[in-house]
Amino acid sequence: MDADLFLTWVRSTGLNIAIGIFVLGTLWRLVEIYSLGRKRDLAVPRHRSGASGLHTMFRRSVPPPGMFKRSATSYVAGYVFHIGLFIIVFLFAQHIKLLQELTGLSWPGLPTQFIDATAVVTLATMLLVLAERINKPVKRFLSTFGDYAGWALTFLPVLTGYLASRHLLLPYTAMLALHILSVELLLAFLPFTKLIHVFTLWGSRWYNGNANGHKGVPV
Amino acid sequence: MTASLDKGISVLKEMIDAPIASYFSSCVHCGLCAEACLFYTETGDPKYTPIHKLEPLRRVYKQEYTLLGRIGKMLGLSKPVSDAELEEWKPLVYDSCTMCGRCSLVCPVGNDIVYMVRKLREGMAISGHAPEGLIGASTRAVEIGSPMGVKLPAVQAQMRHVKADTGIDIPLDAVGAEYMVLMSSMEIINFPEYLGAIAKIMKQAGKSWTLCSEAFEATNSGIQIGVSDIAKVLVQRIVDGAERLKVKTVISPECGHAYTALRWEGPNLVGQPYPFEVLHILEVLDGFRTQGLLKTQGFEEARLTFHDPCQLVRRGGVFDQPRNLLKMVAKDFVEMDDTGKMNWCCGGGGGVSAIEEAVPLRLEAFKVKKTQLEKTGAKTLVTACANCRIVIEEGMEHYKMSIPVVGVTETLAKHLVEGE
Repeated sequence: MDADLFLTWVRSTGLNIAIGIFVLGTLWRLVEIYSLGRKRDLAVPRHRSGASGLHTMFRRSVPPPGMFKRSATSYVAGYVFHIGLFIIVFLFAQHIKLLQELTGLSWPGLPTQFIDATAVVTLATMLLVLAERINKPVKRFLSTFGDYAGWALTFLPVLTGYLASRHLLLPYTAMLALHILSVELLLAFLPFTKLIHVFTLWGSRWYNGNANGHKGVPV
Repeated sequence: MTASLDKGISVLKEMIDAPIASYFSSCVHCGLCAEACLFYTETGDPKYTPIHKLEPLRRVYKQEYTLLGRIGKMLGLSKPVSDAELEEWKPLVYDSCTMCGRCSLVCPVGNDIVYMVRKLREGMAISGHAPEGLIGASTRAVEIGSPMGVKLPAVQAQMRHVKADTGIDIPLDAVGAEYMVLMSSMEIINFPEYLGAIAKIMKQAGKSWTLCSEAFEATNSGIQIGVSDIAKVLVQRIVDGAERLKVKTVISPECGHAYTALRWEGPNLVGQPYPFEVLHILEVLDGFRTQGLLKTQGFEEARLTFHDPCQLVRRGGVFDQPRNLLKMVAKDFVEMDDTGKMNWCCGGGGGVSAIEEAVPLRLEAFKVKKTQLEKTGAKTLVTACANCRIVIEEGMEHYKMSIPVVGVTETLAKHLVEGE
């Protein structure tokens, strides 16, 4: 297929399919999960400040006492690549333009050089995360095909985006088309892989914080 | 599929709720929960990673409650959970989990892992995959009235001993008393000082209290083995006793899981809130302290440290009370590293101390407590759970340590102002 045709397809039909699966799939998964409900706790609650679901939604982003030194790489690398992904996805001028077309909302972006540097750091950190998954006994033991697939689905859009932005490896049009395709794969698979945690972790933290907050324990 | 496995799977299906679905969907296999689990940190074996212990429950969730899982099941692509698998998981769900809940505090996506272990045990027990030690304890609790087989005459013998030692009559079945005091079997058999201490403190505080002949035992093997029907019977006994005696408050003893069973699970087991209040003995004593009803004299000279029982602190919310109380009588009170809600388990909670085949692993896991203790340089260890106490004593004996372990209540009673 001709690169221009390919680009046109991923920008129209491909994008529509991917967004369709992403939106419907995510909604389906969230309904599937949260419609199960839970029983009301009949024990009389103990009130203590800081003990609630809402607190835990934020508090859990910080390592609990003693945990950082036990697994420093997990925490540092975790912060770096999540923040890196956020910057690249939401603060790159081209992405903001696309999101504006889709949603009508717009906000200021960061200079391209900064985004490029962030992409390099993010890619390097993700490689480190992969190396840890392969080398650390616990992570290797827990890992399934889904974990490696989830990693690849996240890594490829950053890699192809960086290569396209720097005009490396392939002609720009072809690399851009590959970049958009990789994002579409990420969107389409997200609801059905562990990547759904981007949505469900908020619910999980809330439930945990709420149940323990009932007992007066800020978790 | 055997009938018992069938029952086990349907119980697991019933157990799965929105929190569990959210937790399994959120797990990214980061493995940080392993770093919070003493069975992993002390052995280095990845199979003790907390989230891995839940694999059978996760499979049931996926196959029954997700679209893709159901399609996979219909097409015969997924393997159903089998008896062999549950049996293989028995040492992970019981022997190597004290339900201490430390993993639930560290999971970055917020999964309450111990909540799920508690639920998985329901399916394990009903399908016949619970350890012998816990089956025995639960049977004795239902049939005899206590997991250790203690009957009322043993309690009455204790009452007579206390009377002989202190001159104080222990009230039994006193209708209309303010407090109904419960004990754990361990306190009746191994730590009689508890009852004597209560008698002295209640006398000084001028409070009316009673034991109940039908409900003196606070522990609940039902929640440890994971059979809510048994847990309910045991809680109901206490509810009936408290209602018959028309007490205002039921006091949970120096025992961790009894507090969880009675204070937090109990109303949910019996299906309604209680008509009385449940307090842990440390909450009662700290209340006496703030009201000026607890008068002490003198201090413990030796350096003291406190071991936080998981079910009381991390899982129960009683943090400050033991510290407030110990500071009344301790000159040199030191905290361990990772104290309060981040404390490490003694290794014998959640029924583990009743599982004979788990002893070697439990002693291995005790190394974390040993390290914590040695670092404090404490000469006496105070705790507020008879089970922690006996498990720690056994651990110290194994590692040839000699630090006395005592309860908070008896430590306070030692320092009560005489004649008040």
